[in-house]
Amino acid sequence: MDLISDRGRRVPIEDLNTTRLLDHAAKQARDRRYEDVLIVDCDAHHYENENLSEIIPFMENEVFKQLSLSSRTKGRGHISPVGYGWQDMGGRVTRYPMRSSEKTPVEKGPKRDVELGFRWMDAMGVDYSCLFPTGMLNIGLHPQKEMEFELSWAYARWVTEKVLPESQGRMYTMLGLPFSDPEGCLRMVETFGDRKGVGGFMVTSVREKMAVYDNAYMKLYRALEERGLALAFHSGPNWNSSTFQSCNRFISAHALGFSWFSILHCTNWVVNGMGERFPKLPVIWIESGLAWIPFLMQKLDHEFMLRPSECPLLKKKPSDYMRDMFYSTQPMEIQDMQALETTFRMMNAETQLMYASDYPHWDFDLPSTIWDLPFLSDRAKHNIIGGTAARLFKLEPRNEAQRQNLIKYGNYRGSTAAPARESTPPEPAL
Amino acid sequence: MGEQYVCKSFEFKDGERRIIRIGDDEIGVFRHEGEFFAYSNYCVHQGGPACEGLIIARVEERLRPDKTSMGLFFSEKDMSFACPWHGYEYDMRTGQHIADRRVRLRKYQVLQKGEDIYVVV
Repeated sequence: MDLISDRGRRVPIEDLNTTRLLDHAAKQARDRRYEDVLIVDCDAHHYENENLSEIIPFMENEVFKQLSLSSRTKGRGHISPVGYGWQDMGGRVTRYPMRSSEKTPVEKGPKRDVELGFRWMDAMGVDYSCLFPTGMLNIGLHPQKEMEFELSWAYARWVTEKVLPESQGRMYTMLGLPFSDPEGCLRMVETFGDRKGVGGFMVTSVREKMAVYDNAYMKLYRALEERGLALAFHSGPNWNSSTFQSCNRFISAHALGFSWFSILHCTNWVVNGMGERFPKLPVIWIESGLAWIPFLMQKLDHEFMLRPSECPLLKKKPSDYMRDMFYSTQPMEIQDMQALETTFRMMNAETQLMYASDYPHWDFDLPSTIWDLPFLSDRAKHNIIGGTAARLFKLEPRNEAQRQNLIKYGNYRGSTAAPARESTPPEPAL
Repeated sequence: MGEQYVCKSFEFKDGERRIIRIGDDEIGVFRHEGEFFAYSNYCVHQGGPACEGLIIARVEERLRPDKTSMGLFFSEKDMSFACPWHGYEYDMRTGQHIADRRVRLRKYQVLQKGEDIYVVV
């Protein structure tokens, strides 16, 4: 297949085969004997927009379903918000433009999604992955809360009924919540919270207005906490936001956006004492990298000492509450190793950090980004690369060596179902 | 030091690339403006197949004398190749990362003996 290069020049590129593309990742996995280590990817994606014709029929409201089906047949318009961006960097990241060239035994639908997932998981040595959508990460920007609910509901049914059952238990998910509709969120948890493969729920944090502390959400948080389900905030960019419209390059909107939405919502979560109100609710901040964490810890601790009267629920410093929460690794800022080591120390990475690839997105990270870090202890490596997630989501080892390593580092719970949930969040590793 | 045969020169058109495998090692060989260049196919970033992605002219921003920007242009002389995993972009002639010259791929010498092309390994 040819890709368009400068001045319209065509450059032939071998058709996409994920296994072939990730051959070097497979070599890393063999060299490092990843088969002995349970590796959990806490943030991986598929392109659910390629299967909207299967998802839309799961919408409940007949009017919105008809609107969506009709919109699709016209071949124009979008039923969910679309973000601006140049993720493929003009074809430099070849798997974007070449995605359609990849051959699978089944050409479309859940079986293809799972087959593509297995290809990259097997190449990287990943045992389990938490599957998230891609386009629907922008669902929080939809002007109609009814559509936000309908699409979230339809996707939840489709992914739990059609996709995850094909994954041989190797994929799980945290379902997106229609956060503009608190009652709808609660209904989602009550309906899907017990389904196989549901490890928690996820808020798409790309939202211009979201009050995570609003009283309307307390029933939701209680419902999650009671069920031992995790609450994740998945970040993203929104170049169209007024905040970022002065950014004239994608790099600016992307680098700031992913950090910004986590900074914003994490701040509101912490200063409103959510950690005191729901101390057993595991909260995970996803896909913002790590550099924002020490910044926010320092900033909030500093101002908290000056203005504690504005945060009367807090019984310890904001950074202490942040250290009670979990974070995914990717995209891990690794340019300054000393700064990274300090970040790991500040966030208690050994017990609070979980590996994520973000594959197939453009800035994915391999497990070696964690495994090869020179300053990590063996315990920290095993915890971050999968042990902590194994405890949080009760994921079973896939062979005896993995089981022994989970036992060795205090991450084995001896459960029989994967992923299941627990009534309390995992204790810190020994 | 040894020589690894690549192909006949007439089989290797300008603008093309070949990947040769020697045991676990992989080397990307490019023919660009009549010259041959060879680099390790392992990206210094996360180990991706650095030489197998898009070949594309370097992007530059041109400024007027008063420092106002004229915008973005493709270079008339500098060619790059990008690792397909993340887009790490290397200079075709040096193998250096275009943003940080200290970051570079291992470079191999290319020999032409008659019509035969070899990489010195």
